[in-house]
Amino acid sequence: MASTDIASSSGMKPIEEMETVVVRFCGDSGDGMQLAGTQFTNVSAAFGNDVSTLPDFPAEIRAPAGSLSGVSGFQISFSSKDIFTPGDEVDTLVAMNPAALKTNLADLKRGGTLIVNEDAFDKSNLSKAGYEGNPLDDEEALAGYRLFKVPMSRLTKDALAELDISQREAMRCKNFFALGLVYWLYNRDSRPTEEWVNKKFAKLPVIAEANIRALKGGRNYGDSTEAFTVHYSVPKAELPPGKYRKITGNEALAMGLATIAKLSNKTLLYSGYPITPASDILHELSKLKNFSVKTFQAEDEIAAMSAAVGAAFGGELSVTASSGPGICLKGEAMGLGVITELPMVIIDVQRGGPSTGLPTKTEQSDLLLAMFGRNGESPLPIIAPATPADCFAMAQEAMRIAVEHMTPVILLSDGYIANGAEPWRIPPIGDLKPIRFDHPAGVEDGETFQPYSRDENLVRPWVVPGTPGLEHRIGGLEKSNITGNVSYDADNHHNMTLLRAKKVKMIANRLPDQDVHGPKSGDLIVVSWGGTFGSVRTAVNQAIADGKSVAHAHIRYLNPFPNNLGDILSQYEQVLVPELNMGQLRLLLRNEFLVDAKGLNKIKGKPFLVSEISEKIDAMLAG
Amino acid sequence: MSTVELPQLTAKDFASDQEIRWCPRCGDYSILAQMKKVLPELGIAKEKIAFVSGIGCSSRFPYYMNTYGFHSIHGRAPAIATGLRLARPELMIWVITGDGDALSIGGNHLMHAIRRNVDLKIVLFNNRIYGLTKGQYSPTSPIGQKTKSTPYGSIDWPLSPLSVAIGSEATFVARSVDVDIQHLGMVLERAAQHKGTAFIEVYQDCNVFNSGAHDYASKKGEKEENVIYLEDGQPLVFGKDRDKGLILDENSHPKVVNLADGYSESDLVVHDESVSDPSLAFTLSRLRYPEFPEPMGIFRAVERPIYDQEVTAQVERTIADRGEGDLDALFNSGDTWTVE
Repeated sequence: MASTDIASSSGMKPIEEMETVVVRFCGDSGDGMQLAGTQFTNVSAAFGNDVSTLPDFPAEIRAPAGSLSGVSGFQISFSSKDIFTPGDEVDTLVAMNPAALKTNLADLKRGGTLIVNEDAFDKSNLSKAGYEGNPLDDEEALAGYRLFKVPMSRLTKDALAELDISQREAMRCKNFFALGLVYWLYNRDSRPTEEWVNKKFAKLPVIAEANIRALKGGRNYGDSTEAFTVHYSVPKAELPPGKYRKITGNEALAMGLATIAKLSNKTLLYSGYPITPASDILHELSKLKNFSVKTFQAEDEIAAMSAAVGAAFGGELSVTASSGPGICLKGEAMGLGVITELPMVIIDVQRGGPSTGLPTKTEQSDLLLAMFGRNGESPLPIIAPATPADCFAMAQEAMRIAVEHMTPVILLSDGYIANGAEPWRIPPIGDLKPIRFDHPAGVEDGETFQPYSRDENLVRPWVVPGTPGLEHRIGGLEKSNITGNVSYDADNHHNMTLLRAKKVKMIANRLPDQDVHGPKSGDLIVVSWGGTFGSVRTAVNQAIADGKSVAHAHIRYLNPFPNNLGDILSQYEQVLVPELNMGQLRLLLRNEFLVDAKGLNKIKGKPFLVSEISEKIDAMLAG
Repeated sequence: MSTVELPQLTAKDFASDQEIRWCPRCGDYSILAQMKKVLPELGIAKEKIAFVSGIGCSSRFPYYMNTYGFHSIHGRAPAIATGLRLARPELMIWVITGDGDALSIGGNHLMHAIRRNVDLKIVLFNNRIYGLTKGQYSPTSPIGQKTKSTPYGSIDWPLSPLSVAIGSEATFVARSVDVDIQHLGMVLERAAQHKGTAFIEVYQDCNVFNSGAHDYASKKGEKEENVIYLEDGQPLVFGKDRDKGLILDENSHPKVVNLADGYSESDLVVHDESVSDPSLAFTLSRLRYPEFPEPMGIFRAVERPIYDQEVTAQVERTIADRGEGDLDALFNSGDTWTVE
């Protein structure tokens, strides 16, 4: 297969080696920036770099073309070392139109590379972006950057001139021209992308050819034009040995759920209602029917939750997922799961709120909803993955806790983890553990089955309906302990309330101890949860490297907390809790451990920059 | 094929040990008695039967049946039962609900369970009042009804449960009355035999908050003139002396005629429960006392693919086409790379 390989194109210009590079593609929603970013990620990951990504797109499927609100971006950091974030500052910004330039330029590093499609800077687009003149002509404003004005529309059209395609189809290939150019700039092998294009457009060979020509056109432009004098390489990262693939948080959740069901020889019943940013879990699982996965797209969030309760009563592995607004609707049926003590997993992929809020942006503001968002005393365990790849393990962990402790479990993901991607070390199947089931088979003659009898962990039996002799009735009314019969007795309700709380609390006895990164005691510990892991870990590592007495505890088990967490917090002079909310974990920590935790709180729909956390660490250390 | 001898069960076998807590003379007792009588005749082991209910007086029903049972939350029984059915397709599942539970707070779930044709037997106890919350009007209360929440009379136009069901693409729709025990038993049995969603409205008397609401259709001496008993393939005749019938006029509007006025039975509408077009069933569901006699019996019984069977079939087809899921292959799909 004829293709432009690295060897043939890299001989002409010098290559400089870099450790970590951050690239952002941005353009109109219809410009294919998410696709370009994803392809760049795949190619970099497959090459062996560590990668971390941040897709950022508008809630509107098609905002008005060329408008500021319609700008879609995809940022990727790729590195020869272990990285935890998609990067604070952008090294190379590709802007496909004036609106993209306007909304993204502030994130470009001084001295960074700015590649623009100058053909898109026409009067109409400039006016839609609110520019009075053409910013590309304003040498002073762009003096701090290495600006490359590339006539991408025209060059793409020229590259495709011989093909029998419409002007419109040709213009849709310009993202591949931009991608090809950035591939050249960072010395990437474009063959995986060419293979992907051929597969994707197998039935439309002319479109496949057009995209590949555009890709090569971009690469050749970089190689041949005098504007670009140097290009760069980022060597492979030193990751732990093993086989890797790229994975997003939502993909990892779906895969983790299918895995635990398959290993445990159970049907997985997933019920959901479409909602951003959780829908991809439904999409992924609906492809996996041959893993005995049944997916049910319910009529609404309430039905999705109710069906999950019904499937749990039916004795199968039951999951539902949503985001904040949907979780609110599920609250009542979740309470039914609590009082009937049935196992199920509820995934909340958090987004900006309140109400519809910021559907496509990330936030961590549902922790207290998960803790307290049901009527009555209604405790349930809450866990939160730290990274996209961690979702694989945590999905299994959520189901394991649910089944072994007969309780609904909430897994809190967020938009950043859900859509972000990173390398995932593929686990050997032998390392994965099934859930063991202990469904009662019957009772001795003359005995009555007691659905609310309990073992030493206060866990009641899980009966599969259809089992002879174990017919029983459960429901939302308060239960008499042991018999499970309806009870309005005052003391029984008091005792059952305490019992349900204790049952959840006792789960801490089986959890791994909270680990601490950094010194075991000292001036400051930074405590985080969920998707802020990467920014916090990077900032703490920098502080440690600078000789500061700073540690990091990232909590994956939020209710109950690990047993040793209180002791850990007491070993440091100060506690900092950075969160993408108004201080929800901080409130829980202060309540549980009477610790004077300080917050760093940002509610902008965006992840923390490492620098924001570093500055706060320094300010607290300075007193 | 091996056959399993089922013990001969009786109504007693289906009674749970729980004290029944409906008001004395509530219509629910009669429906419970008929259910216990019908189930042993189906030849299904009692552990293979589950009752799911929502909230309301009728929804206490599962506690009184010695089968698997789930007394859930207001309006959600069809959704919970759908989840149970997808997990355990081998069970026979009954949903017990009321006019408020099914048509008000749970309207959406009812509509979608019916349109999917999930294999559920849904029995709606229609007493046209909220009993458990002590007497507010319901979505089936007639205009003008005075209740605790409508002291000056209800101004809410009522729903016909059967029209809702037919509009939701129901495959089986029927109506009966709590005290008409033979008819009710027949309807329950037909519902049990139906494959797919069976929807039954039962006129049920709330003798505390809405006493006698259905007397016109249940009392001897009144019902004969006010009810048409539907029989498949038979003309729609009613009246104590079977002297009246129903025709469709030149505009296809239903009209009551007197057979003494020159009409013969051959002029009357002939009931056809299995016709695929739901227009006749819908027309019958619109007939309201006192303008018309109200039909009782099976309005509609047709076949259509059953949701839960299709879900299972799709899983089986995918396994046949692509092989049993292989985790190793799944993990290694897409671009992979190896770090030495």
